[in-house]
Amino acid sequence: MANAHDTHHEGNHGSVKSYMVGFVLSIILTAIPFGLVMFPSLPKNLTVLVVVAMAVIQVVVHLVYFLHMDRSQEQRSNVSTFLFTAMVIALLVGLSLWIMFNIHIEMMAK
Amino acid sequence: MSSQVMHGAAHGHDHGHDDHHHDSGQMTVLGFWLYLMTDCILFASLFATYAVLSGSFAGGPSGHDIFQLDFVLVETAFLLLSSITFGFAMLKMFAGNKAGVLGWLAVTFLFGAGFIAMEIYEFHHLIAEGFGPQRSGFLSAFFALVGTHGLHVTAGLIWMAIMMYQINKHGITPTAKTRMSCLSLFWHFLDVVWICVFTVVYLLGVL
Repeated sequence: MANAHDTHHEGNHGSVKSYMVGFVLSIILTAIPFGLVMFPSLPKNLTVLVVVAMAVIQVVVHLVYFLHMDRSQEQRSNVSTFLFTAMVIALLVGLSLWIMFNIHIEMMAK
Repeated sequence: MSSQVMHGAAHGHDHGHDDHHHDSGQMTVLGFWLYLMTDCILFASLFATYAVLSGSFAGGPSGHDIFQLDFVLVETAFLLLSSITFGFAMLKMFAGNKAGVLGWLAVTFLFGAGFIAMEIYEFHHLIAEGFGPQRSGFLSAFFALVGTHGLHVTAGLIWMAIMMYQINKHGITPTAKTRMSCLSLFWHFLDVVWICVFTVVYLLGVL
């Protein structure tokens, strides 16, 4: 019985290997943006783009390798609520910034 | 119709009885996940506030003046290391290795405590220099965002200490497994938030 439980869950727990893969990817995805900002070697706009892209990729790496999100049946509720939350966050942050920066421009441009 | 309902109920009962604890544990973890999603929205609000106020220096220092990236890199390393050691604690727990769980949890706790110690040092240093949250809109938003993350990590450390006590005393019970699964989500979630913090606040702030 206990055994059946364990195997039933196996896919969700990850393994030493999957944690190490996530860890090494995270180190690389942290080292690149820190390196680019501490030792500037690219134009500023490109640096911003790379730094933000690395962060987005690292968030996905953490979700997959540490929080074990995948397409399995067991993860369906977690993934769907996360996607809904991501949409709320995009609306909340995106629209707030849009409004506030517009106000800023309108007020300062006189 | 009614026999169908009866059958369904009887079946549900049988099934429910067998798997009762298992199911309620999974529901607890899902409920905790839903709480984390609302926490995401709290942090999103703080990030939006920070983004709006990040240029309001009021004659005070900018991110470029006060952030030390090598310091932040060590903080980041501590948090990332604590994430993977917590993962190892979870693997030991599912393998039923009590000493392994306690050992990895202790290592995780030390990394987390190191992170918090560095953050307190940074905050103390800034406030002593006269760059406290009251200095400018930028610093208010900075302390609100980074401080909220720090409070979450502190709560996680307290929770971790309690789990070490419970597992040491009662062993790896089903209840302990459920609680550890929730704490695992909480801890990894805080590392995800920290990725956004070091990118938006520190790296883009210094650029």
